[in-house]
Amino acid sequence: MTANLALVLTASVLVAAGVYLVLERSLTRVLIGIILISNGVNIAFLVAGGPAGGAPIVGVTEPARMSDSLPQAMVLTAIVITLGITAFLLAMAYRSWQLTGHDEVQDDVEDAAIRRLAVADAESRSYDDGDDDERAPMPEARP
Amino acid sequence: MTAASLVPLPVVLPLLGAGVALALGRWAHAQRAVSVVALSASVAIAAILLVSADSQGPLVVWIGGWPEPLGISLVADRLSALMLLVSATVTLAVLVYSLGQGVADGTRDTPLSIYHPTYLVLSAGVANAFLAGDLFNLFVGFEVLLAASYVLMTLTGTGERIRAGTTYVVVSLLSSLLFLTAIALVYAATGTVNLAQLSGRLADLPDGVSLILQLLLLTTFSIKAAVFPLSAWLPDSYPTAPAPVTAVFAGLLTKVGVYAIIRTQTLLFPDSPLTDLLMWAALLTMIVGILGAVAQSEIKRMLSFTLVSHIGYMVFGVALATTAGLAGAIFYVVHHITIQTTLFLVAGLVERRGGSTSLNRLGGLATASPILGVLFFVPAMNLGGIPPFSGFLGKAGLLQAGVAADRPLAYLLVAGGVVTSLLTLYAVAKAWNLAFWRAAPAEILEPAGTAPRGSADEPGPPPATPVALPAAMVAPTAGLVLVGVALSVVAGPLFGVADRAAVDLRERSPYVESVLPGGVP
Repeated sequence: MTANLALVLTASVLVAAGVYLVLERSLTRVLIGIILISNGVNIAFLVAGGPAGGAPIVGVTEPARMSDSLPQAMVLTAIVITLGITAFLLAMAYRSWQLTGHDEVQDDVEDAAIRRLAVADAESRSYDDGDDDERAPMPEARP
Repeated sequence: MTAASLVPLPVVLPLLGAGVALALGRWAHAQRAVSVVALSASVAIAAILLVSADSQGPLVVWIGGWPEPLGISLVADRLSALMLLVSATVTLAVLVYSLGQGVADGTRDTPLSIYHPTYLVLSAGVANAFLAGDLFNLFVGFEVLLAASYVLMTLTGTGERIRAGTTYVVVSLLSSLLFLTAIALVYAATGTVNLAQLSGRLADLPDGVSLILQLLLLTTFSIKAAVFPLSAWLPDSYPTAPAPVTAVFAGLLTKVGVYAIIRTQTLLFPDSPLTDLLMWAALLTMIVGILGAVAQSEIKRMLSFTLVSHIGYMVFGVALATTAGLAGAIFYVVHHITIQTTLFLVAGLVERRGGSTSLNRLGGLATASPILGVLFFVPAMNLGGIPPFSGFLGKAGLLQAGVAADRPLAYLLVAGGVVTSLLTLYAVAKAWNLAFWRAAPAEILEPAGTAPRGSADEPGPPPATPVALPAAMVAPTAGLVLVGVALSVVAGPLFGVADRAAVDLRERSPYVESVLPGGVP
C-alpha cells in the first residue's frame, strides 16, 4: 500500500499542534487542541483507507477503482462523536467561566488538603491520639 | 426464536427506554417505571444469555442481516454474558437506590428529566462494549458510555463538579482519540476491524507492527481501566459526583476497560502476552493505589483509591496469561463490581446519616444507626479479603495462579497482593474505627435536630444536616450487600463459569468459529 505523504504530514502537524495546545491550562485552548488532534486522527484514518478512488457505487465505478468506503464511514461516526463532545466541553468551559470568571483547569483541592494534613500531623502534639481538633481542618468535597 | 436473537436486546432496550424516558420527562412516575422495566428486562435477558452461552457456546448476531464478515457482529460468549449479567444487576440496584434518594430529597438535587435517560444510555453503552464483536463497535460503545458519564459527572453543574469533570472529560477524550488512532492503524495494517478476523490476520504481521498496535490498544484501555501510571484522573473526579453516579461509575466503567484488556490480550495478541510489563503495571497499581487510600481521610476518596488499587489484581491475572490467572481475574472482576458499588452506595448513606463523608467529622455511626454499621462492615471486610467472603476467594485464586506460574516476578506480585490486601483491610478498618466505632459528635445522635457543627475556622461549606435514612435507599444497598455475600455461596459454580470462560479465551477457536463458521476469510 502506498500512503499519501501530504496527508500523513498534515495529520502529524495537526496532532503535534493539538498536543501543544492540550498542555495549556485554559479549557478553551485545551478544547481547540482536542479538535486539532481529532482532525489529525481522522485524516490518518483516511490514509488508512488506502489510495483515493471513485465513488464506491456499483455501476458508476469499476470495482478495481473504487475507494474503500468503510474507513470513511468510521471517520464520519468519529466526526459526529467529536462534534457532540466539543459542544459539551464548550458548555463546561462557559459554566466554569460563569462560576469562577475564568476557564482554567484548577488543581485538585483535596490533594492540597492532604498535603496540609501531612504537615499539620507532623507538627501536632497529639499525633497518635486521634483528637481531630488538633488537625488541620479538611475542606469538604461538597455539602 | 433462539437465544441468539436476544443478544442485541441489552443494548436496544435501555436505548429505547432512554428515548421514552426523555419523552416522558414531565411525568416523573412514568419515567421511573420505564427505567426500572428496561433495566429489569436487561437483567433477565443477561441471565438467559449467560445460561445459553454457557451451555451452547458463544451466541452471535450479525446486525441488519449483512452476510458475515461484512456487517457488525454482536457476540455473547461466556465472558461477555457474565459481565453483562453482573453489570445489569448492579445498574438496576443503583437505579432503585437513586429513585429512593430522589424521592427522599423531593427531587431537589437530581434534575430527574435528564437523569433517567442518561443513566439508561450509560447502561446501553456498557452493554454494547461488552457485546461488541469488532473494534469500532467497541469504540462506539465506549463513546456512548463516556458521553453519558460526562453528563452524569457534571449533573447540576456545581463548581466542584465542573472542576472535577473537566479533568475527567479531557482525559477520557484523549484516550478515545488514542483508541481511534489504534483502530486506524489496525485497519491500515489488516484491512478489517472484526475481532475474529483480526485474530487470524494480526498473526501474519511483522512483530514490530503488531507490537505497536498492541501497545496502543493497551494504553487506551489502561487509561479507561485506571492502571498505574494512567490512573491519576480517577480519585480526583469520581468522589465529586452524586453518590449513585459514583457507585455505578466505580463498579462498571473501569471494568469495561479491564474487559477490553482481557479481550484484546487473549483474542488478538495471544503470542505476545507482555507478561513482565503488565506485571510491573499491576504491582505498581496495587501498591501506589492502596498507599493513596491509606492517606485519605474522606471515605469516598479512600474508596476511589482502593478501586484503583484493586484493578491491579485483575491486571495481574491477565498478565499471567494462564488459564488459572484469567479465571481468577474474571472472578475478581465480578466480585469487585459488586463490592465496590455497594461500598459507594453505603458511603452515600453515611453522607446522608452523618452529614459528611470526612472521617474527621464522623463518629459513633454504629450506635446511631446499627443497620448502617452492618451495611458498611460486611462489604468492607469483603473488600479487605477476610474469609469466607468472595474477596478472599478471588484473591486466593489469583495468588494460587501466581504461585503456579513459578517465576520470580510472579512471586513478587503474590507478595504485593498480600500486602495490598492487608493495607486495604487497614484502610477500611480505619474508616470503620473513626466513622462508626468512636464516640459520636452530638448532632449524629439526633437526626435533623441540631444545627451543623461547622465552626468559623473551618473552610468550605458547612456540613449538611444529618437526616434519618429512607428505607428506599437502604433496601437496594442491603440487596447488593446480600449479592456480595451470595457470591461466596455460589463461588463454586461461579469459579466454574470463570474457568470455562478462561479456557475459551485461551483456546480462541470457540469465539472465532462461532463468529465466522465458514472459516476466517
